[in-house]
Amino acid sequence: MAEEVKLFGAWGSPFSRRVEIALELKGIPFEYIEENVSDDKFKSPLLLKYNPIHKKVPVLLHNGKPVLESLIILEYVDETWKDNPILPEDPHERTMARFWARFIDEKCMPPVWKALLGTGEEREKALEEVRECLKTLEGVLNGKRFFGGETIGLLDIAANFIAFWLRVIQEVSGLEFLTADKCPVLIKWCDEFVSCNPVKEHLPPRDKLIAFMKNWLSGDGWTD
Amino acid sequence: MAEEVKVFGAWGSPFSRRVELALQLKGVQYEYIEEDVHKNKSPLLLKYNPVHKKVPVLLHNGKPIAESLVILEYIEETWKGNPILPEDPYDRAMARFWAKFIDEKCLPAIWKAGWSPESEREKPVEEACECLKTLESALGGKRFFGGDKVGMVDIAANFIGYWLRLIQEVTGMELLSAEKFPELFKWTDEFVSCSVVKGSLPPRDKLLAFFKARIAETMD
Repeated sequence: MAEEVKLFGAWGSPFSRRVEIALELKGIPFEYIEENVSDDKFKSPLLLKYNPIHKKVPVLLHNGKPVLESLIILEYVDETWKDNPILPEDPHERTMARFWARFIDEKCMPPVWKALLGTGEEREKALEEVRECLKTLEGVLNGKRFFGGETIGLLDIAANFIAFWLRVIQEVSGLEFLTADKCPVLIKWCDEFVSCNPVKEHLPPRDKLIAFMKNWLSGDGWTD
Repeated sequence: MAEEVKVFGAWGSPFSRRVELALQLKGVQYEYIEEDVHKNKSPLLLKYNPVHKKVPVLLHNGKPIAESLVILEYIEETWKGNPILPEDPYDRAMARFWAKFIDEKCLPAIWKAGWSPESEREKPVEEACECLKTLESALGGKRFFGGDKVGMVDIAANFIGYWLRLIQEVTGMELLSAEKFPELFKWTDEFVSCSVVKGSLPPRDKLLAFFKARIAETMD
Protein backbone atom coordinates (compact mmCIF):
# COMPACT_ATOMS: atom_id res chain seq x y z
CA MET A 1 0.00 0.00 0.00
CA ALA A 2 1.37 3.43 -0.86
CA GLU A 3 2.21 5.37 2.23
CA GLU A 4 0.44 8.62 2.75
CA VAL A 5 2.42 11.06 4.87
CA LYS A 6 1.20 14.61 5.38
CA LEU A 7 2.51 17.31 7.66
CA PHE A 8 0.48 20.28 8.84
CA GLY A 9 2.99 22.96 9.78
CA ALA A 10 3.81 26.65 9.89
CA TRP A 11 6.82 28.18 8.14
CA GLY A 12 8.07 29.96 11.24
CA SER A 13 7.41 27.23 13.81
CA PRO A 14 10.46 25.45 15.21
CA PHE A 15 8.15 22.64 16.30
CA SER A 16 6.85 21.82 12.84
CA ARG A 17 10.34 22.26 11.36
CA ARG A 18 11.56 19.56 13.76
CA VAL A 19 9.28 17.04 12.10
CA GLU A 20 10.40 18.13 8.63
CA ILE A 21 14.03 17.53 9.61
CA ALA A 22 13.27 14.04 10.92
CA LEU A 23 11.35 13.06 7.80
CA GLU A 24 14.14 14.46 5.60
CA LEU A 25 16.77 12.58 7.59
CA LYS A 26 14.93 9.34 7.01
CA GLY A 27 14.17 10.06 3.37
CA ILE A 28 10.40 9.99 3.81
CA PRO A 29 8.48 11.86 1.12
CA PHE A 30 5.62 13.89 2.52
CA GLU A 31 2.99 16.39 1.53
CA TYR A 32 3.30 19.67 3.40
CA ILE A 33 0.29 21.78 4.30
CA GLU A 34 1.01 25.32 5.49
CA GLU A 35 -1.27 26.56 8.25
CA ASN A 36 -1.94 30.15 9.25
CA VAL A 37 -1.47 29.87 13.00
CA SER A 38 -1.77 33.55 13.86
CA ASP A 39 -5.31 33.00 15.09
CA ASP A 40 -7.63 30.04 15.62
CA LYS A 41 -10.04 31.53 13.09
CA PHE A 42 -7.47 31.11 10.32
CA LYS A 43 -6.64 27.50 11.11
CA SER A 44 -7.94 25.00 8.59
CA PRO A 45 -10.93 22.76 9.43
CA LEU A 46 -8.65 19.77 8.90
CA LEU A 47 -6.14 20.94 11.50
CA LEU A 48 -8.92 21.56 14.00
CA LYS A 49 -10.33 18.11 13.22
CA TYR A 50 -7.00 16.33 13.70
CA ASN A 51 -5.90 18.31 16.76
CA PRO A 52 -9.08 19.43 18.49
CA ILE A 53 -7.52 19.60 21.94
CA HIS A 54 -4.50 21.80 21.30
CA LYS A 55 -5.39 23.18 17.84
CA LYS A 56 -1.69 23.47 17.01
CA VAL A 57 0.89 22.49 14.47
CA PRO A 58 2.64 20.23 13.84
CA VAL A 59 0.29 17.39 13.05
CA LEU A 60 1.68 14.38 11.22
CA LEU A 61 -0.92 12.42 9.30
CA HIS A 62 0.23 8.90 8.49
CA ASN A 63 -2.18 6.86 6.44
CA GLY A 64 -5.02 8.97 7.80
CA LYS A 65 -4.04 8.75 11.49
CA PRO A 66 -2.94 11.98 13.20
CA VAL A 67 0.09 12.10 15.51
CA LEU A 68 0.47 15.21 17.68
CA GLU A 69 3.13 17.10 19.65
CA SER A 70 6.52 17.49 18.00
CA LEU A 71 8.61 15.38 20.40
CA ILE A 72 6.02 12.60 20.33
CA ILE A 73 5.97 12.79 16.52
CA LEU A 74 9.78 12.48 16.47
CA GLU A 75 9.56 9.26 18.49
CA TYR A 76 6.80 7.98 16.23
CA VAL A 77 8.85 8.74 13.12
CA ASP A 78 11.85 6.95 14.64
CA GLU A 79 9.80 3.86 15.52
CA THR A 80 8.01 3.71 12.18
CA TRP A 81 10.91 4.27 9.78
CA LYS A 82 13.98 2.48 11.06
CA ASP A 83 16.71 3.94 8.80
CA ASN A 84 19.01 6.62 10.19
CA PRO A 85 17.80 6.29 13.79
CA ILE A 86 17.57 9.53 15.75
CA LEU A 87 17.63 7.87 19.16
CA PRO A 88 20.59 5.80 20.39
CA GLU A 89 20.15 2.12 21.19
CA ASP A 90 21.22 2.17 24.81
CA PRO A 91 18.19 2.79 27.11
CA HIS A 92 20.07 5.20 29.39
CA GLU A 93 21.29 7.30 26.48
CA ARG A 94 17.83 7.31 24.92
CA THR A 95 16.42 8.45 28.23
CA MET A 96 18.91 11.27 28.57
CA ALA A 97 18.07 12.47 25.03
CA ARG A 98 14.39 12.55 26.02
CA PHE A 99 15.17 14.29 29.31
CA TRP A 100 17.18 17.07 27.65
CA ALA A 101 14.64 17.51 24.85
CA ARG A 102 11.97 18.15 27.48
CA PHE A 103 14.39 20.46 29.30
CA ILE A 104 14.67 22.58 26.15
CA ASP A 105 10.90 22.84 25.73
CA GLU A 106 9.98 23.29 29.39
CA LYS A 107 12.91 25.22 30.85
CA CYS A 108 14.83 26.96 28.06
CA MET A 109 12.13 28.34 25.82
CA PRO A 110 9.62 29.98 28.19
CA PRO A 111 12.15 32.42 29.71
CA VAL A 112 13.20 33.51 26.20
CA TRP A 113 9.70 34.85 25.63
CA LYS A 114 9.61 36.29 29.14
CA ALA A 115 12.86 38.16 28.50
CA LEU A 116 11.60 39.45 25.16
CA LEU A 117 8.29 40.67 26.46
CA GLY A 118 9.33 41.68 29.96
CA THR A 119 11.09 44.77 31.20
CA GLY A 120 13.56 45.74 33.88
CA GLU A 121 14.17 43.21 36.61
CA GLU A 122 11.82 40.62 35.17
CA ARG A 123 13.71 40.76 31.89
CA GLU A 124 17.08 40.47 33.60
CA LYS A 125 15.92 37.48 35.62
CA ALA A 126 14.57 35.71 32.53
CA LEU A 127 17.74 36.48 30.59
CA GLU A 128 19.81 34.93 33.35
CA GLU A 129 17.56 31.85 33.35
CA VAL A 130 18.11 31.32 29.65
CA ARG A 131 21.86 31.74 30.04
CA GLU A 132 21.89 29.11 32.79
CA CYS A 133 19.98 26.69 30.57
CA LEU A 134 22.36 27.24 27.68
CA LYS A 135 25.35 26.73 29.95
CA THR A 136 23.78 23.43 31.07
CA LEU A 137 23.32 22.36 27.45
CA GLU A 138 26.92 23.28 26.72
CA GLY A 139 27.84 20.77 29.41
CA VAL A 140 25.57 18.13 27.89
CA LEU A 141 27.23 18.58 24.50
CA ASN A 142 30.53 17.85 26.21
CA GLY A 143 32.72 18.66 23.24
CA LYS A 144 30.84 16.41 20.80
CA ARG A 145 30.08 17.55 17.30
CA PHE A 146 26.37 16.96 17.76
CA PHE A 147 24.28 15.97 20.79
CA GLY A 148 23.68 12.73 18.89
CA GLY A 149 27.42 12.16 18.41
CA GLU A 150 28.73 12.13 14.84
CA THR A 151 25.32 12.67 13.29
CA ILE A 152 22.28 14.62 14.44
CA GLY A 153 19.80 12.92 16.72
CA LEU A 154 16.55 13.67 18.49
CA LEU A 155 18.13 16.14 20.90
CA ASP A 156 19.83 18.10 18.11
CA ILE A 157 16.50 18.30 16.31
CA ALA A 158 14.74 19.40 19.51
CA ALA A 159 17.39 22.10 19.96
CA ASN A 160 16.68 23.62 16.52
CA PHE A 161 15.16 26.64 18.26
CA ILE A 162 18.50 27.40 19.89
CA ALA A 163 20.52 26.93 16.72
CA PHE A 164 18.45 29.25 14.58
CA TRP A 165 15.48 31.05 16.15
CA LEU A 166 17.34 32.17 19.25
CA ARG A 167 20.09 33.75 17.19
CA VAL A 168 17.54 35.64 15.10
CA ILE A 169 15.83 36.78 18.30
CA GLN A 170 19.20 38.00 19.62
CA GLU A 171 19.77 40.03 16.48
CA VAL A 172 16.34 41.60 16.52
CA SER A 173 16.15 42.32 20.25
CA GLY A 174 19.76 43.03 21.11
CA LEU A 175 19.44 40.65 24.07
CA GLU A 176 22.52 38.49 24.48
CA PHE A 177 21.33 35.02 25.33
CA LEU A 178 24.03 32.91 23.69
CA THR A 179 27.60 34.18 23.68
CA ALA A 180 30.87 32.68 22.53
CA ASP A 181 32.65 33.37 25.79
CA LYS A 182 30.17 31.39 27.90
CA CYS A 183 29.12 28.71 25.38
CA PRO A 184 31.81 28.25 22.73
CA VAL A 185 30.97 24.61 22.05
CA LEU A 186 27.25 25.30 21.75
CA ILE A 187 27.90 28.17 19.31
CA LYS A 188 30.01 25.85 17.18
CA TRP A 189 27.23 23.28 17.36
CA CYS A 190 24.72 25.90 16.12
CA ASP A 191 26.83 26.48 13.00
CA GLU A 192 27.30 22.76 12.38
CA PHE A 193 23.60 22.09 12.88
CA VAL A 194 22.18 24.76 10.57
CA SER A 195 24.57 23.82 7.78
CA CYS A 196 24.08 20.07 7.83
CA ASN A 197 22.07 18.41 5.11
CA PRO A 198 18.80 17.33 6.70
CA VAL A 199 18.48 20.72 8.41
CA LYS A 200 19.42 23.44 5.97
CA GLU A 201 16.38 23.08 3.73
CA HIS A 202 14.10 23.06 6.77
CA LEU A 203 14.78 26.39 8.38
CA PRO A 204 12.60 29.45 7.82
CA PRO A 205 14.04 32.07 5.43
CA ARG A 206 16.15 34.24 7.71
CA ASP A 207 14.97 37.63 6.39
CA LYS A 208 11.36 36.60 6.59
CA LEU A 209 11.79 35.51 10.23
CA ILE A 210 13.65 38.70 11.14
CA ALA A 211 10.88 40.81 9.60
CA PHE A 212 8.25 38.75 11.36
CA MET A 213 9.93 39.09 14.77
CA LYS A 214 10.50 42.83 14.35
CA ASN A 215 6.86 43.24 13.47
CA TRP A 216 5.71 41.14 16.41
CA LEU A 217 7.95 42.88 18.94
CA SER A 218 6.91 46.32 17.80
CA GLY A 219 3.39 45.42 18.83
CA ASP A 220 1.98 45.30 15.35
CA GLY A 221 0.64 41.92 16.13
CA TRP A 222 1.15 38.43 14.95
CA THR A 223 0.95 38.47 11.19
CA ASP A 224 2.14 35.96 8.66
CA MET B 1 26.37 -8.25 38.08
CA ALA B 2 23.66 -7.67 40.64
CA GLU B 3 21.32 -4.88 39.63
CA GLU B 4 21.18 -1.88 41.87
CA VAL B 5 17.89 -0.03 41.64
CA LYS B 6 17.02 2.84 43.97
CA VAL B 7 14.10 5.24 43.99
CA PHE B 8 14.29 8.63 45.67
CA GLY B 9 10.70 9.55 46.37
CA ALA B 10 8.21 11.20 48.68
CA TRP B 11 5.40 9.22 50.30
CA GLY B 12 2.65 11.60 49.18
CA SER B 13 3.91 12.37 45.69
CA PRO B 14 1.90 10.87 42.83
CA PHE B 15 4.95 11.34 40.62
CA SER B 16 7.25 9.17 42.68
CA ARG B 17 4.44 6.64 43.25
CA ARG B 18 4.19 6.29 39.44
CA VAL B 19 7.75 5.03 39.34
CA GLU B 20 7.16 2.61 42.21
CA LEU B 21 4.04 1.29 40.50
CA ALA B 22 5.88 0.65 37.24
CA LEU B 23 8.73 -1.16 39.01
CA GLN B 24 6.28 -3.25 41.03
CA LEU B 25 4.28 -4.10 37.90
CA LYS B 26 7.46 -5.44 36.34
CA GLY B 27 8.60 -7.24 39.46
CA VAL B 28 11.78 -5.18 39.80
CA GLN B 29 13.35 -5.11 43.28
CA TYR B 30 14.39 -1.67 44.43
CA GLU B 31 15.54 0.25 47.46
CA TYR B 32 13.34 3.17 48.40
CA ILE B 33 14.73 6.36 49.89
CA GLU B 34 12.22 8.79 51.38
CA GLU B 35 13.01 12.45 50.78
CA ASP B 36 11.76 15.34 52.86
CA VAL B 37 10.81 17.43 49.86
CA HIS B 38 9.33 20.31 51.78
CA LYS B 39 12.09 21.14 54.19
CA ASN B 40 15.23 19.14 53.69
CA LYS B 41 16.22 17.56 50.38
CA SER B 42 19.18 15.26 50.73
CA PRO B 43 22.59 16.06 49.17
CA LEU B 44 22.24 12.87 47.14
CA LEU B 45 18.97 14.01 45.59
CA LEU B 46 20.47 17.37 44.70
CA LYS B 47 23.48 15.59 43.24
CA TYR B 48 21.39 13.22 41.11
CA ASN B 49 18.84 15.81 39.99
CA PRO B 50 20.65 19.14 39.92
CA VAL B 51 18.46 20.53 37.15
CA HIS B 52 15.04 20.10 38.79
CA LYS B 53 15.96 19.16 42.37
CA LYS B 54 12.82 17.02 42.61
CA VAL B 55 11.62 13.52 43.25
CA PRO B 56 11.34 11.01 41.78
CA VAL B 57 14.83 10.04 40.78
CA LEU B 58 15.57 6.50 39.67
CA LEU B 59 19.12 5.32 40.20
CA HIS B 60 20.02 2.28 38.13
CA ASN B 61 23.50 0.90 38.64
CA GLY B 62 24.61 4.35 39.73
CA LYS B 63 23.09 6.26 36.80
CA PRO B 64 20.32 8.72 37.72
CA ILE B 65 17.19 9.44 35.73
CA ALA B 66 14.72 12.19 36.57
CA GLU B 67 11.15 13.18 35.55
CA SER B 68 8.51 10.54 36.18
CA LEU B 69 7.30 10.08 32.58
CA VAL B 70 10.89 9.90 31.33
CA ILE B 71 11.63 7.34 34.04
CA LEU B 72 8.59 5.27 33.01
CA GLU B 73 9.93 5.07 29.44
CA TYR B 74 13.32 3.98 30.79
CA ILE B 75 11.76 1.30 32.96
CA GLU B 76 9.76 0.04 29.98
CA GLU B 77 12.86 -0.23 27.80
CA THR B 78 15.06 -1.78 30.46
CA TRP B 79 12.76 -4.42 31.96
CA LYS B 80 10.75 -6.05 29.22
CA GLY B 81 8.24 -8.09 31.24
CA ASN B 82 4.64 -6.80 31.60
CA PRO B 83 4.93 -3.98 29.07
CA ILE B 84 3.25 -0.68 29.95
CA LEU B 85 3.32 0.66 26.40
CA PRO B 86 1.59 -0.98 23.44
CA GLU B 87 3.64 -2.42 20.58
CA ASP B 88 2.13 -0.48 17.70
CA PRO B 89 3.94 2.86 17.10
CA TYR B 90 0.67 4.75 16.63
CA ASP B 91 -0.82 3.40 19.85
CA ARG B 92 2.43 4.25 21.63
CA ALA B 93 2.25 7.82 20.30
CA MET B 94 -1.34 8.12 21.58
CA ALA B 95 -0.34 6.79 25.02
CA ARG B 96 2.49 9.34 25.20
CA PHE B 97 0.07 12.07 24.09
CA TRP B 98 -2.42 11.27 26.85
CA ALA B 99 0.27 11.00 29.53
CA LYS B 100 1.54 14.43 28.50
CA PHE B 101 -2.01 15.80 28.45
CA ILE B 102 -2.52 14.58 32.00
CA ASP B 103 0.63 16.28 33.26
CA GLU B 104 0.39 19.51 31.30
CA LYS B 105 -3.35 20.16 31.30
CA CYS B 106 -5.28 17.93 33.73
CA LEU B 107 -3.15 18.04 36.83
CA PRO B 108 -2.62 21.83 36.92
CA ALA B 109 -6.35 22.40 36.28
CA ILE B 110 -7.38 19.95 39.00
CA TRP B 111 -4.84 21.30 41.47
CA LYS B 112 -6.08 24.86 40.86
CA ALA B 113 -9.70 23.83 41.25
CA GLY B 114 -8.99 21.87 44.39
CA TRP B 115 -7.23 24.65 46.25
CA SER B 116 -9.30 27.61 45.08
CA PRO B 117 -11.42 29.12 47.85
CA GLU B 118 -15.06 28.19 47.47
CA SER B 119 -16.03 31.63 46.21
CA GLU B 120 -13.53 31.47 43.37
CA ARG B 121 -14.06 27.87 42.48
CA GLU B 122 -16.49 28.01 39.58
CA LYS B 123 -14.20 28.73 36.65
CA PRO B 124 -11.31 26.48 37.73
CA VAL B 125 -13.76 23.62 38.28
CA GLU B 126 -15.25 24.19 34.83
CA GLU B 127 -11.80 24.04 33.24
CA ALA B 128 -10.89 20.93 35.20
CA CYS B 129 -14.15 19.31 34.10
CA GLU B 130 -13.27 19.96 30.46
CA CYS B 131 -10.01 18.10 31.01
CA LEU B 132 -11.72 15.18 32.66
CA LYS B 133 -14.29 15.04 29.86
CA THR B 134 -11.50 14.84 27.30
CA LEU B 135 -9.69 12.21 29.33
CA GLU B 136 -12.84 10.14 29.65
CA SER B 137 -13.11 10.09 25.86
CA ALA B 138 -9.61 8.61 25.75
CA LEU B 139 -10.80 5.73 27.90
CA GLY B 140 -13.28 4.87 25.12
CA GLY B 141 -15.21 2.31 27.14
CA LYS B 142 -12.12 0.26 27.99
CA ARG B 143 -11.48 -1.13 31.44
CA PHE B 144 -8.11 0.64 31.64
CA PHE B 145 -6.46 3.22 29.40
CA GLY B 146 -4.01 0.43 28.62
CA GLY B 147 -6.82 -1.94 27.60
CA ASP B 148 -7.16 -5.06 29.74
CA LYS B 149 -4.22 -4.18 31.91
CA VAL B 150 -2.80 -1.09 33.56
CA GLY B 151 -0.50 0.79 31.18
CA MET B 152 1.49 4.00 31.09
CA VAL B 153 -1.54 6.28 30.83
CA ASP B 154 -3.22 4.58 33.81
CA ILE B 155 -0.02 5.02 35.78
CA ALA B 156 0.20 8.68 34.72
CA ALA B 157 -3.43 9.17 35.77
CA ASN B 158 -2.76 7.83 39.29
CA PHE B 159 -3.44 11.26 40.75
CA ILE B 160 -6.92 11.21 39.26
CA GLY B 161 -7.43 7.63 40.33
CA TYR B 162 -6.66 8.21 43.98
CA TRP B 163 -5.46 11.62 45.14
CA LEU B 164 -8.34 13.54 43.53
CA ARG B 165 -11.07 11.72 45.43
CA LEU B 166 -9.32 12.47 48.72
CA ILE B 167 -8.93 16.14 47.80
CA GLN B 168 -12.64 16.23 47.00
CA GLU B 169 -13.42 14.73 50.38
CA VAL B 170 -11.35 17.32 52.20
CA THR B 171 -12.31 20.44 50.23
CA GLY B 172 -15.91 19.66 49.40
CA MET B 173 -15.17 20.36 45.76
CA GLU B 174 -17.03 18.09 43.39
CA LEU B 175 -15.17 17.42 40.22
CA LEU B 176 -15.14 13.71 39.52
CA SER B 177 -18.45 12.02 40.27
CA ALA B 178 -20.23 8.96 38.99
CA GLU B 179 -22.99 11.17 37.57
CA LYS B 180 -20.74 13.54 35.64
CA PHE B 181 -18.09 11.07 34.47
CA PRO B 182 -19.45 7.54 34.82
CA GLU B 183 -16.71 5.81 32.83
CA LEU B 184 -13.82 7.69 34.41
CA PHE B 185 -15.30 7.17 37.86
CA LYS B 186 -15.58 3.44 37.21
CA TRP B 187 -11.96 3.46 36.05
CA THR B 188 -10.86 4.98 39.38
CA ASP B 189 -12.43 2.05 41.21
CA GLU B 190 -10.84 -0.49 38.88
CA PHE B 191 -7.50 1.27 39.20
CA VAL B 192 -7.29 1.43 42.98
CA SER B 193 -8.53 -2.12 43.45
CA CYS B 194 -5.81 -3.64 41.24
CA SER B 195 -3.55 -5.54 43.58
CA VAL B 196 -0.31 -4.01 42.27
CA VAL B 197 -1.72 -0.50 42.37
CA LYS B 198 -3.04 -0.90 45.92
CA GLY B 199 0.46 -1.51 47.18
CA SER B 200 1.75 1.65 45.52
CA LEU B 201 -0.65 4.15 47.06
CA PRO B 202 -0.02 6.37 50.07
CA PRO B 203 -2.01 5.49 53.22
CA ARG B 204 -5.44 7.13 53.01
CA ASP B 205 -5.53 8.58 56.53
CA LYS B 206 -2.07 10.01 56.27
CA LEU B 207 -2.86 11.72 52.96
CA LEU B 208 -6.20 13.06 54.23
CA ALA B 209 -4.42 14.51 57.28
CA PHE B 210 -1.80 16.06 55.01
CA PHE B 211 -4.45 17.76 52.84
CA LYS B 212 -6.40 18.96 55.85
CA ALA B 213 -3.24 20.51 57.28
CA ARG B 214 -2.56 22.21 53.97
CA ILE B 215 -6.00 23.78 53.94
CA ALA B 216 -5.54 24.97 57.51
CA GLU B 217 -2.22 26.53 56.49
CA THR B 218 -3.69 28.43 53.59
CA MET B 219 -6.41 29.83 55.79
CA ASP B 220 -3.88 31.38 58.19
